[in-house]
Amino acid sequence: MSFSMSESDISSHPGRLEQGRDRLQVTGDWILAHHGALKKQVAAWKQRQEAGPEVDLSGLAAVDTAGAALLVELIGAERLKRIGDLAPELPGAKQALLQTVAEAMASPLTPTQARVSPLIRFLAQTGKHVEDLWQQQRMLLSFIGLTLATLAATLPRPRRWRITSMVAHIQQTGLDAILIVSLLTFLIGAVVAFLGATVLVDFGATIYTVHLIAYAFLREFGVMLAAVLLAGRTASAFAAQIGSMKSNEEIDAIRTLGLSPVELLVLPRVLAMMVSLPILSFIGTMTGILGGAVVCALMLDISSTQFLAVFQRDITLRHFFIGLAKAPVFAFVIAVIGCLEGFKVTGSAQSLGEHTTSSVVQSIFMVILLDAIAAMFCMEMRW
Amino acid sequence: MVNAAQTPLIRVRGLLNRFGSLTVHEHLDLDLFPGEILGVVGGSGTGKSVLLRSIVGLHRFNGGTVEVFGERLDRLSPARRSEIERRSGVLFQRGALFTSLTVQENVALPLIEHIGLRRPDAEYLARLKLALTGLPAEAALKFPAELSGGMVKRAALARALALDPEILFLDEPTAGLDPIGAAAFDRLILTLKDALGLSVFLVTHDLDTLYSACDRVAVLARRQVLVADRLEVVEATDDAWIREYFHGPRGRSAHKAAQLSQEF
Repeated sequence: MSFSMSESDISSHPGRLEQGRDRLQVTGDWILAHHGALKKQVAAWKQRQEAGPEVDLSGLAAVDTAGAALLVELIGAERLKRIGDLAPELPGAKQALLQTVAEAMASPLTPTQARVSPLIRFLAQTGKHVEDLWQQQRMLLSFIGLTLATLAATLPRPRRWRITSMVAHIQQTGLDAILIVSLLTFLIGAVVAFLGATVLVDFGATIYTVHLIAYAFLREFGVMLAAVLLAGRTASAFAAQIGSMKSNEEIDAIRTLGLSPVELLVLPRVLAMMVSLPILSFIGTMTGILGGAVVCALMLDISSTQFLAVFQRDITLRHFFIGLAKAPVFAFVIAVIGCLEGFKVTGSAQSLGEHTTSSVVQSIFMVILLDAIAAMFCMEMRW
Repeated sequence: MVNAAQTPLIRVRGLLNRFGSLTVHEHLDLDLFPGEILGVVGGSGTGKSVLLRSIVGLHRFNGGTVEVFGERLDRLSPARRSEIERRSGVLFQRGALFTSLTVQENVALPLIEHIGLRRPDAEYLARLKLALTGLPAEAALKFPAELSGGMVKRAALARALALDPEILFLDEPTAGLDPIGAAAFDRLILTLKDALGLSVFLVTHDLDTLYSACDRVAVLARRQVLVADRLEVVEATDDAWIREYFHGPRGRSAHKAAQLSQEF
């Protein structure tokens, strides 16, 4: 009954086309394994003859859909549909297969596809990308507005605060990230100390390494490094969480239950980030300075007492606040971008990947952009 | 059509499946004979899908033997196992089409990977398979997300048939389809089974599918196959669950519908 590859694996005779006395002889196995060779034979035969040839199918050993498709091409779908008249000697199963394939191929298999010139496609792509970029910024702005509006509506009603969810997210985004943030800032602190020492030693001003470390970490690096790390770690997590909920129709379910996805999903994440990032920035600042102090003590002969004394005398508290003030802003932007990219997922695995990547790229970009703007502002204000 | 003298394509003996302390299958025996459509039914949680996954090698069972084409998949080398696996096709419950590929690329993938066809040839054959399952030509270039539920099932069936398998596994093929679409799908499976000489292992909840398509029905309950035989024999089996299932309101109406369609 079964007549596909398996049985013919042992001793498969590739199918052949031969001109018999009055008819074309089809013999051997017409199966997928010999598809390439059979296709060439059929093509060669069709070149020589215009009309569908008279064929003798009695020598046909094994046939599957691929072979049947070639036979349909050779003989023609219309004629093979009447397989009973054409080759009554074939077993019923083979007849049924050939007939089914012929019927499937009666209408053209290749869909009509409009051809577009490469230039026009390039222009269209460019236009689409620019339009997308514009739409993306608009969407981000309106999503920020939506988040703030929902926040304003939720704040006066403590019953609707999602404390549990928020605490869980604080643990995931904050507590679980402490180790990596402190390790990274510690190492960068050491690197900055080496860098400063290398330049300053020529002026005999090694002691100013302390100032360099203090300014760098209090104002910029503490918060920046923490923000960039969370952008990679948390924005992607938010996008993936919300994105897979979106493809599982969970977001739709939330909506149809009369609940607000922004209130349920976005607010706890945004608020958790706004708690976590300032704390992580503080920790990052401290460990960064510690890293610098260790290098100072071990390599530059600036003892920790001396380090602290210089620090206390020359560095004002203002720098610390300037650095820390940026943290909640970065946190808000990172969380909102992560959530928004999650909502943009359309259901396919590819779309989930694209938007997760995009959330990281966008949030790091925004963090650096905002930081540059803040630095310029502070310089102009002489803070 | 089915006689005991035939060697079964699939032979399950003494299958044991445990999840923690929950035993899903114990001493489970089942055969699939060449050229038949075997319907596997059972209540929720009786391990119909687990049985299917055990047979196709997606689930590592705790005991017993599963032979496919007379070979034990769990004992084979990866290369030999892949050869055996190519001789069966699986239609998953939700289609499991690759979302990042077009429909025709989905079907062409095994042809390119296993047979080594050139891409145009593979896609041509893929479109043929899609036409066999009754999809319009335009559907070939669409992505799975753009298809309706019934079309996804058909496209997934086309992918399962890509390598002209001898055994076709169907996991709830009509779940999520409207009655008209489900009936059309049952007919499609029957047509393709006759034309392509398939043996079909069909897990289903759909009584209409059982009555209209299946040659034999296996009932899973109490961790075993209670009975596996022609529908009349199964219906007559004295068991509370089977009575409830086949003689409940839905069972009766499906039976009636099947009788009506036979008269015409």
